[in-house]
Amino acid sequence: MNQTEITKIVNEVLQELNKTKASNENKEGVPLKKTDSAADIIDFTEQAEMAVDEPKNKDTIQHAQKITPARIGIGRSGTRMKTKSYLQFRIDHAAAQDAVLKDVEPDMIKELNLPVLQTKAEDMETYLMDLEAGRTLNDESIRWLKENGEKGKQIQIIICDGLSSTAVESNTRDLLPAIVQGLSLKGITYAKPLFVKRSRVWVQDHVAKIVDSDIVISLIGERPGLATAESLSAYMVYRPGEHTVEADRTVISNIHKGGLSPVEAGAHLADLLEQMLQYKASGVQLVKHRNKK
Amino acid sequence: MKLSCRIKNDTYHFKSIKEVLAKASEEKSGDIMSGIAAATSLERMAAKVVLSELQLKDFYENPVIPYETDLVTKVIYDNINLSIYREFQTMTIGELRDYILSHTTTFHELRKLTQGLTSEMISGVAKLMSTIDLVMAAQKMKYQAFCNTLIGEPGRLAFRCQPNHPTDLPEGILYSLKEGLSYGSGDAVIGVNPNVDTADSVSRILHMTHDFMDKWKIPTQNCVLAHITTQIEALEKGAPVALMFQSLAGTQKGNEAFGVTKEILDYGEQLMKKQGTSTGPNIFYFETGQGSEVSLDADHGVDMQTLESRTYGFAKHWSPFMVNNVSGFIGPETLFDGKQMIRADLEDLFMGKMHGLPMGIAPTYTNHMHADQNDQEIAGILTTVAGANFYMGVPGGDDVMLNYQDTSFHDNASLREMLGLRPLSEFEKWMENMGLMENGKLTNRAGDLSIFD
Repeated sequence: MNQTEITKIVNEVLQELNKTKASNENKEGVPLKKTDSAADIIDFTEQAEMAVDEPKNKDTIQHAQKITPARIGIGRSGTRMKTKSYLQFRIDHAAAQDAVLKDVEPDMIKELNLPVLQTKAEDMETYLMDLEAGRTLNDESIRWLKENGEKGKQIQIIICDGLSSTAVESNTRDLLPAIVQGLSLKGITYAKPLFVKRSRVWVQDHVAKIVDSDIVISLIGERPGLATAESLSAYMVYRPGEHTVEADRTVISNIHKGGLSPVEAGAHLADLLEQMLQYKASGVQLVKHRNKK
Repeated sequence: MKLSCRIKNDTYHFKSIKEVLAKASEEKSGDIMSGIAAATSLERMAAKVVLSELQLKDFYENPVIPYETDLVTKVIYDNINLSIYREFQTMTIGELRDYILSHTTTFHELRKLTQGLTSEMISGVAKLMSTIDLVMAAQKMKYQAFCNTLIGEPGRLAFRCQPNHPTDLPEGILYSLKEGLSYGSGDAVIGVNPNVDTADSVSRILHMTHDFMDKWKIPTQNCVLAHITTQIEALEKGAPVALMFQSLAGTQKGNEAFGVTKEILDYGEQLMKKQGTSTGPNIFYFETGQGSEVSLDADHGVDMQTLESRTYGFAKHWSPFMVNNVSGFIGPETLFDGKQMIRADLEDLFMGKMHGLPMGIAPTYTNHMHADQNDQEIAGILTTVAGANFYMGVPGGDDVMLNYQDTSFHDNASLREMLGLRPLSEFEKWMENMGLMENGKLTNRAGDLSIFD
């Protein structure tokens, strides 16, 4: 690189810096919308780019990037990530951290006509730091459920925000009707689904005790990942009691549009629930029964 | 046995060794959550003082969970060499720290010592150690193990290539695997976490990774990290397994929650020796991490670090090829932030080595804890300096199936390069043949998955 080229680059960089500075000053840190126009705004790409230097086969890498959401084909600077992929990674982490602290949209709960129960975790801090609080319904919810919950059905579905309200928002509209429809077709009885705010998986044991259903299935937001904050899990347990352990729960995870699609998951879950009723078991016990067959 | 002490004009009393151990721990949210942590900084120091004066025999005679009621305690005690224990039994924990750190105590002597200690003694001594103490002590010890290849040689650092895909799509797994291998990740193991834990699905991934290793003559081992019962089923149906995986905990109740018993592990080992594809004798890959017992309500009021140490005492019984510590995988209720995560990683590496285990570290963080990439990299560098055998290798550090962050292929290559470490010897030759490495440095071809076209 000669002197002229260097000077040219330096000037370009300075110009860019000034532009950014100017736009920052104008907006005083307010996030800009895409419609705010102007060439001054950096529209930072969220797409993975084929960034391998002199690849043997560029098409292969681009194809690979379509097949998996994993961060591959991103190249390197020495042994380190390139600037763009490093920033993308940090942006996704920032977004995931923010997603944990959000509440589920009240509109969605209303639209699905779900009664809202609460655990003993009164705020997010308690919820994150105290597992027991998120595993137990608060007194008011216990009372409500005793009076109003549908008792003695085969299945009780509960929707739990868990660690990602985004996951609940983006899957429940498709997933819930799919499960319910599957159960109806099979002639399996189910209680009116419930929403439990700031809840952990084991809250299902508490709910089971009150509503006396054969199975409780929790649809719960997984901890947000970088690739998606939309991932939901279904945890199912047959007649939980004192001796229930983690391995007694059946789990289907990664329910989201980039993983197991919510509609597909719904049908699959209805089949699984039917099997659990048939074998009167869940988790490792269910696997044992199935293997004997 | 003295359980009280006076410091700064206040007297502190403790009721048991269990309480002393818990209160002597560096601050961690999981211990606070279970209500066993020290209430003040001075109480923590008082517990450390009491701990430093307890003798090894005090620990031996007072396990934190009884031998008669807990399988983990039983396995640990049944494996203690009593002759070696008796040689050291009157030493205090404070003296043990000095002995471990002393210039005159060599690796060979430490190796002998490990046969005579219970896991609680090892946990105790770690509580009297600072960051550099832990690094210096861990550096002295390096344990080797053999599956298809030899892990743990001085000057070498290995990685598990972890090419997970959210729906186990074979093609997706394969692309991430190729990318990882091209960065030099995969000499410890090619290990896939399955999303669907059924024998058929697990077999499919085992066959695929096995065939790929075969086609490209890659000197390593394959593994699918399903539940051990699923792997056993797959193996019985003829799937090619080189390394058998299982997560372990430090109490019987914790292991029951994981669906694990001694019988299952024994059976898995036996089956691997008959039908596994690897040379052995080390055919197990275990994962552990501080906080699993408290999350499963299986902690018996014992602190997280001591339970982790007990997990190593349990794991040791099966002479694993690799033990991977994943403290940080659970969340802020067990390890609140980067500082707690880094501390746990250092303690775990030291404690694992004090059990004679071929230890690796996964400095991980989840998105709901107060930690970021910077903390993870610090933990990675520190534990590499302290002589970990291996780390994970995840595309871009982002596991798109398990939803957490771990060391990336880039970090793998960086950790080797910054400390002049090499891949495992057979794998290094393979990389040289593939034109991916020259004199221990990556070539221009590295990082290009299409070289396998």
